[in-house]
Amino acid sequence: MIPESFGYSAPSSLIDAYALLEQHGDDAKILAGGHSLIPMMKLRFASPTHLIDINKIPNLSYIKEEDGYLKIGAMTREVDLEESEVIRHKYPIFTDASKLIADPQVRNFGTIGGNIAHGDAANDHPAVMLALGAEVVISSAAGDRTVGIDDFFFGFYTTAVQHGEILTEIRIPSLGPRTGSAYHKLERKVGDYATAGVAVVIGLNEDGSCSKVGIGLTNVNPTPIRAARSEQILLGTTMSESDVAQAAQYAAEDCSPSDDLRGSVEFKKDMIRVITKRMINKAIQRTKL
Amino acid sequence: MHDITIKINGTEHKATVESRLLLVHLIREQLAMTGTHIGCDTTSCGACTVLIDGKSAKSCTILAVQADGKEITTVEGIATAEGLHPIQEGFKENHALQCGFCTPGMMLRAIELLEKNNNPSEDEIRWGISGNLCRCTGYNNIVKAIQYAGAKLRGEETPSTEPEFV
Ligand SMILES: Cc1cc2nc3c(=O)[nH]c(=O)nc-3n(C[C@H](O)[C@H](O)[C@H](O)COP(=O)(O)OP(=O)(O)OC[C@H]3O[C@@H](n4cnc5c(N)ncnc54)[C@H](O)[C@@H]3O)c2cc1C
Ligand code: FES
Ligand code: FES
Repeated sequence: MIPESFGYSAPSSLIDAYALLEQHGDDAKILAGGHSLIPMMKLRFASPTHLIDINKIPNLSYIKEEDGYLKIGAMTREVDLEESEVIRHKYPIFTDASKLIADPQVRNFGTIGGNIAHGDAANDHPAVMLALGAEVVISSAAGDRTVGIDDFFFGFYTTAVQHGEILTEIRIPSLGPRTGSAYHKLERKVGDYATAGVAVVIGLNEDGSCSKVGIGLTNVNPTPIRAARSEQILLGTTMSESDVAQAAQYAAEDCSPSDDLRGSVEFKKDMIRVITKRMINKAIQRTKL
Repeated sequence: MHDITIKINGTEHKATVESRLLLVHLIREQLAMTGTHIGCDTTSCGACTVLIDGKSAKSCTILAVQADGKEITTVEGIATAEGLHPIQEGFKENHALQCGFCTPGMMLRAIELLEKNNNPSEDEIRWGISGNLCRCTGYNNIVKAIQYAGAKLRGEETPSTEPEFV
């Protein structure tokens, strides 16, 4: 399968990339890891007239703790997240997710920025970002702006990134002491998109009650979705078995999966219930590590 | 059209390519190296795996222009004047191929896997080749082949070969 013809530029700075975006108009697209975009172009689901390859722009790939944030450059590859010590020790939710994303070759190329900017509810990072309460830095010739993750996903393949803009950084508010995080998805086989996936972040007060909670769901809604009622019911409680069961039940009730080859609506909702419960418990367990 | 220069298996190649030319087509059709296979053409099977600057990549999902200035290794480039690469020897000794269609991709993926960890557990090996499909062998002998190559790369005695015939 061969994509439709298109033009290609590989600028070596963000300034040049903005100028190219300006010059080529609406039908130009950013090329990051290319592992969502190129498959879509081969199938001719997407036919951009020009690709602006940002792989040659320096300083867009990093993982660093700074100013109370974990900052991740947009071009950081899945494999870099998988192999990072900081991530493994403090943000195991990424290690859980990265391992379940596609396969090793795809992870060598796919970027975290592309995973989010693609705006696909089937991707795994959006739910993880919702759980972590991430902020997204979007840059353009006019400067940088920061968008909270709850205002980032607009609809099917559309996000807050507007034409002329490039997603440059993801900022995760540092997880304090007594926090735990976990992600899991049900997949039919390695490399498949989620049948249903759940990301959970839990923080505890000194007395063991819930001080912080974030729950994001993968591939059970047209856009990535936060399980808001589930979060509300846990906050401030001791997260007893019945609190957790109720939170899991709410997550199942509040998502809207579609009937497809991966399963029926009923099955997916029930899987959300089961995985939500397990991930809450796993995150609680990890607060003690 | 773009003028690109790519080093493949140590030899520099210049080519003039359309933006939409896929790396696998450049390698197979323009440069006539047909060891890199096309199986699914949808980033699933791994038959098209090559190394780009040492990283395993599915060349059906990379544009040839993206590889400009990079070093690429294909199956044609892994043996040396001294003989087979340890992974090739492992596949040969362990009967790790039947039709052989998946083998070049499988070996290149295994090379990066062993480069990062030359003593992987069976689980790590199976996980490490999860992007490569084989329709023939049932994988067991492929796992053994990679263990064999690992031992050889560590300078240890290679495990005695008892391929499974299933
Ligand atoms: C076989 C296979 C299985 C997969 N399985 C999974 C899976 O299980 N889970 C999962 O989450 N993903 C999966 N993926 C997708 C993969 O993780 C992609 O790599 C990822 O979704 C997109 O990242 P990318 O860097 O490749 O983006 P690209 O494909 O380069 O870009 C995707 C989109 O985002 C835009 N974009 C990219 N970067 C930026 C930026 N910095 N600023 C603005 N716009 C940008 C592009 O213009 C494009 O529209 C799979 C892919 C394949 C091929
Ligand atoms: S041909 Fe490239 S992954 Fe199957
Ligand atoms: S040997 Fe036939 S596909 Fe692997």
